[in-house]
Amino acid sequence: MAKITYKHPDGTETVVDVPSPNTVMRGAKTNNIAGIEAQCGGSAQCGTCHVYIDEANTLPLPPMHESEDDVLYGTACPRRPNSRLSCQLPVTDEIDGLVVHLPEAQS
Amino acid sequence: MAAPSVVIVGAGQAGADTAAALRSRGFSGRIALVGEEEALPYRRPPLSKGYLGGTAEAGDLELLPLSSYGDQGIDLVLGDRAVRIDPEERSVVLDSGSRLSYDRLVLATGARPRRLPVPGAGLAGVMTLRGLADAAALREALREGGHLLVVGGGFVGLELAATARKLGLDATVVEVGPRLMARALSPGMSDHLRAEHVRQGVRILLRREVAALHGDASGHVRVAELDGGERVPADLVVFGVGVRPNVELAAAAGLEVGGGILVDRWLRTSDPAIHAIGDCARFPSARYGRQLRLESVQNASDQARCAAAAICGDPEPYEAVPWFWTEQYALRLQIAGITGGHDLAVTVGDPGGGRFSVLCFREGRLLGAESVNRPADHMIVRRLLSAEGVPSLSPEEAARPGFDLKEYRSRQEQPV
Repeated sequence: MAKITYKHPDGTETVVDVPSPNTVMRGAKTNNIAGIEAQCGGSAQCGTCHVYIDEANTLPLPPMHESEDDVLYGTACPRRPNSRLSCQLPVTDEIDGLVVHLPEAQS
Repeated sequence: MAAPSVVIVGAGQAGADTAAALRSRGFSGRIALVGEEEALPYRRPPLSKGYLGGTAEAGDLELLPLSSYGDQGIDLVLGDRAVRIDPEERSVVLDSGSRLSYDRLVLATGARPRRLPVPGAGLAGVMTLRGLADAAALREALREGGHLLVVGGGFVGLELAATARKLGLDATVVEVGPRLMARALSPGMSDHLRAEHVRQGVRILLRREVAALHGDASGHVRVAELDGGERVPADLVVFGVGVRPNVELAAAAGLEVGGGILVDRWLRTSDPAIHAIGDCARFPSARYGRQLRLESVQNASDQARCAAAAICGDPEPYEAVPWFWTEQYALRLQIAGITGGHDLAVTVGDPGGGRFSVLCFREGRLLGAESVNRPADHMIVRRLLSAEGVPSLSPEEAARPGFDLKEYRSRQEQPV
């Protein structure tokens, strides 16, 4: 279980408790948080669950696999150093308090 | 005035995404999502892959857990079927006899697999694959082992052949056309796919047809007889020969149909209170200059959002870039755009190493790309196609030795 904060482009935020096992993507979908599409269902193929990890984050996130890195080359909003695919971020107790920023568009 | 009411007929990807998109846009009226199947709305792509292969269970495919529908105020009406639309009264009658009134109706009725009318097609062990029930029956049948015969060399048939090989079955694919996935792929990519199936031990028979299926004493299929008279072992036969859009409900209500339920650029049918989306809808594409009916998650999901926007009073024409994917063995094939009708194909990357893309052009203009294990290429081409105007990448530039899309993209993003 982890508390995750999804910050919307308009400055508002949604905070939800996401049980494990899950992903940050699925936590958003389950709570119908606008701005996460995840058309491929979480297989790092479509780039429509793009998030920016909060700049101040110190929580441990898994390293990026090559396929995630590749997909981030073509996201609808520009890639930044803190870009991730939220389908590749498992929800564990260790990321309790994670803050992610949602991009303006996914597709 | 009471908040308007939306009824969505069809609880597949398109229907379920419409309900979610309406709520995330702040729609406050009633939403009823009607689905014929008992199961919660689920993702179909894994059926032919992870689910049949045994690495995913039905529950893993659910789009959302049951609690999400309650939390979002979406009335799920599962295990029931819309049998009639009354457009004058704006209501839908269900098989159970209940009647749902709507202000806006969304038809997301999907499609159903074709079956070829060959003698013996009614034998036990002759199947199609569309829904979870089909997949469950097929999964059971695959456990018996033996020889799988797939009729049709398209997405579903080839994924199935790949899964069967993983499970240790013998597999034969019979395709009437001259090459695999001919509707979706360039000849070069078709050949690559064919070579991989052959390498994996699948027998691929092109330009061949099944003339008849023969069963054993218990009425179970055992042998397929091909057009030339050749007999192929077949303990399990699956037709993967395309689908027919489910238009009957719409046609009976007087809506215009023809190769799908006909809609305008805003995905409205000939009755402006009724939208049609996903596999069942035939829409005019400004991008491709013709009418299209697409069978893909992308199309279902993007059309769902487009219809939801229109219902919420924020209509935009549907212009999303189509894309498709399939996974067979270790091949992850992604298609950006619609490459059919190209007059020039340029291969980039490392075909020998199994990581490359075929960029398809028509009259010098980029139509799309087919990528094998090159997700960055796929994503970049989607971005090039979705940008305003004509994509600037020329075939000459793409054919330049050492051309690399990642490098091209980063160069384009540099401010001049």
